[in-house]
Amino acid sequence: MAEAKPTPQDVLHRIQHTPPRSDWMETPVEIRKGMYCYAANPKSVATLGLPHPHAWNPVEDDWHLPENWQQILHEGFKERLERFRSFKVFMDICVRCGACADKCHYFIGTGDPKNMPVLRAELLRSVYRNDFSRMGRLLGKVNGARPMSFEVLREWWYYLFQCSECRRCSLFCPYGIDTAEITIMGRELLNLLGLNIDWIATPVANCYMNGNHLGIQPHAFKDMIDFFVDDIEEKTGVRVKPRFMEKGADILFITPSGDVFADPGTYTAMGYLMLFHYLEEKYGLKVTWSTYASEGGNFGFFTSHETMKRLNAKMYAEAKRLKVKWILGGECGHMWRVIHQYMDTMNGPADFLEVPVNPITGTRFEQARSTKMVHLVEFTADLIHHGKLDLDPRRNDYLKVTFHDSCNPSRGMGFFEEPRYVIRNVCNHFYEMPANTIREQTFCCGSGAGLNAGENMELRLAGGLPRANAVQHVHRKYGVNMLACICAIDRAALPALMDYWVPGVQVTGVHELVANALNLPGQNERTTNLRGEEFEELMAQAEGQSDEG
Amino acid sequence: MNTRYLFAFLVVFVLFLVSWLGAAAGLGWLFGVVIPYAAVVVFVVGFARKVLSWAASPVPFAIPTTAGQGRSFPWIPQAKIDNPASNWGVFLRLLFEVLTFRSLFRNTRMRLKEEKLTYQLEIFLWVGALAFHYAFLTVLLRHTRFFLEPTPWCIQVLETLDSFFRVEILYPGVQFGLPAVYLSGFVLLAAVVYLALRRIVIPSVRYVSLASDYFPLLLIFGIAFSGILMRYVTKVDIRAVKELTLGLVTFRPTVPEGIGAVFYIHLFLVCTLLAYFPYSKLMHLGGVFLSPTRNLRGDTRAYRHVNPWNYPVPVHTYEEYEEEFRDKMVEAGLPVEKPLADAADEAAQEKE
Repeated sequence: MAEAKPTPQDVLHRIQHTPPRSDWMETPVEIRKGMYCYAANPKSVATLGLPHPHAWNPVEDDWHLPENWQQILHEGFKERLERFRSFKVFMDICVRCGACADKCHYFIGTGDPKNMPVLRAELLRSVYRNDFSRMGRLLGKVNGARPMSFEVLREWWYYLFQCSECRRCSLFCPYGIDTAEITIMGRELLNLLGLNIDWIATPVANCYMNGNHLGIQPHAFKDMIDFFVDDIEEKTGVRVKPRFMEKGADILFITPSGDVFADPGTYTAMGYLMLFHYLEEKYGLKVTWSTYASEGGNFGFFTSHETMKRLNAKMYAEAKRLKVKWILGGECGHMWRVIHQYMDTMNGPADFLEVPVNPITGTRFEQARSTKMVHLVEFTADLIHHGKLDLDPRRNDYLKVTFHDSCNPSRGMGFFEEPRYVIRNVCNHFYEMPANTIREQTFCCGSGAGLNAGENMELRLAGGLPRANAVQHVHRKYGVNMLACICAIDRAALPALMDYWVPGVQVTGVHELVANALNLPGQNERTTNLRGEEFEELMAQAEGQSDEG
Repeated sequence: MNTRYLFAFLVVFVLFLVSWLGAAAGLGWLFGVVIPYAAVVVFVVGFARKVLSWAASPVPFAIPTTAGQGRSFPWIPQAKIDNPASNWGVFLRLLFEVLTFRSLFRNTRMRLKEEKLTYQLEIFLWVGALAFHYAFLTVLLRHTRFFLEPTPWCIQVLETLDSFFRVEILYPGVQFGLPAVYLSGFVLLAAVVYLALRRIVIPSVRYVSLASDYFPLLLIFGIAFSGILMRYVTKVDIRAVKELTLGLVTFRPTVPEGIGAVFYIHLFLVCTLLAYFPYSKLMHLGGVFLSPTRNLRGDTRAYRHVNPWNYPVPVHTYEEYEEEFRDKMVEAGLPVEKPLADAADEAAQEKE
């Protein structure tokens, strides 16, 4: 079964951006291995009581749908048109100008025309025209209308799980049509038939029952953090003392569970622990973790609005129970879109919390006045701006760092300067990627919106091509060897992407860089970084490389 | 051959034939009065209904596409238009969107060459779209002279500007440039041709284009072309036309004799466009103002957005969580709400 993995060069030369001759409605979908994620485990779907849990296989001809599935979809469609102005307007006003076509990383990486955002949306619009517009039904195919059929459903499923809801297309659309919004609605509809993917459904069930996507139980969660505590002591000589579910702590800290689970996110988690320890030692700030609310991310967002709300509710509930003043959130992408644009609306008002004030600097976080949740990176930026951190950026001198803006904090928040400010203060060598690939125009890692499974690696590598290509540019031009990001999915997805496209570039969270530069009171010589690599060797290597250059 | 643009072309051709035959058959009342009134009614009612139907759906979440630095600390400069934190900022964002097509101006073209992806500024769609819309607007405003007596001064100024470039060819036999050449009409025609060609020539755009994308372009081509024909070539009786149009707006319709057939073709195509408008993608005119990714503030953590249909949902509470894991939590040294002994007591009581 082991096929030789094609080389990056092969892949690059194979990409064709010219559409095929056959009309898109006449081109049947082929659900191809490597491009799709496995079907949801019915147990996970049942855990939340979501509709129609059942076993099925995307490549089979019978998906074991309920008998009236077309009616369910029609009614679900209608309900969402009535509930969401965005959906209704976006179904009506696209002029198919094509400005979005080559903005999608999945289109750039696959050349599949149905990955052009306009066509992805037309998959739904074609049914909308047939079901909800008289003129549409009358004219039929010539005007892009078609009735719902199993073929169409297969197409929906295949392509709605080839969109990472990154919103890059919406930036260029003259009417702001947001494919993320269309994908969100489409996935909600698929969920009415129990057609989720397992990489989303099972984390959702885990998060609901155990507090985090990975299903880590409370004692195991504490074990993992304790392991970091040992690790930090080994590397810095300082034993940090994290707090767990401590009532009356100043701040509740919530981060994606991916950070405690897998490298290189774990080093970022160690970074959080070191920062909190520093702040407690120096300024008496008490930050507590929780195992009940131990997930910052929200795969419910990739399931349905309701599921998102059900998972998100834990944040405020736990903050209320622990009587903290406000909430601090770790480095994560979609987590921050949910917090910034949805949380307060869904589960607020958080009138039991205080308007966040940094007790160390006195800064009132006006930008988070209502939601009462502050991004760790803006928190750290504020500390640095007020000179409250003792930093030695020379420990990061072996690094040439570039920064990958994650989609959600970029186009769902506008969080650009804060991470750059922090990185510039903890690293001496920082280089930007080309302007069309960063900030609001940033490219997705290729694995967002619940698509970072193993079985769809071909899709992930294709979708990550534009990002990798931009990294390669700065890797060749400046010798960049570290890709920093503020997203747990990035930290999980980008290493594989770099290994394939740009070997020699590693991935880090911003707070790993902060922690490496941070001088802890009572620390040892600090001869290694958090990854246990000797600084001396790293510096020598770096000098060797720049000599060659 | 592409059935989609052929279909659109066929429809426009049939429309042309219908109006031409109608004019020839002396159906002046039908084509000059009844159809225009009907078209205007369909347009106004249809437009209003569409906008009201959009407005009837609420905006449950504030989901602006943030296209620049959000409001943060005072020492971080905010992108006040691309990521507005004030209503004034939102107003400017929409204004720039509507008047200058700011989002489209960002357009780039992706190329994959020698294993390297590049993204270059792609300005032609923006130029073409801008030229098209402004030329259309100018032509539209100029036409108000047919409905107002006397012609307001602002329209006269516009006409003067529009005919700024004098192009006059005055030879016996070849006469052009009198009356003054209005630039807008020709720009409109050129822009329509460009937008249509672009749709047909660029493979990816052709691939996604529907009959309803070609139809308005061909229709507007017909309108602009017949208009230009009337003004510079076949010369209709302009006084008779104004008598008819003034009759329409004053609700004293008359159909003067001797208006050329081209006028009726022109008018019929315009009526078709009006009636078609509310049921088509042309409603982007109204929709752009209602787009939640453009018309909302980005300061969503500072001000709570209210969802009118927000409803309570089942959640897995902390109590349920502790109930399941209490033993393990206690063993790991994690704090619990109910000590193990209390929980055991309660369970025993429940049994009794």
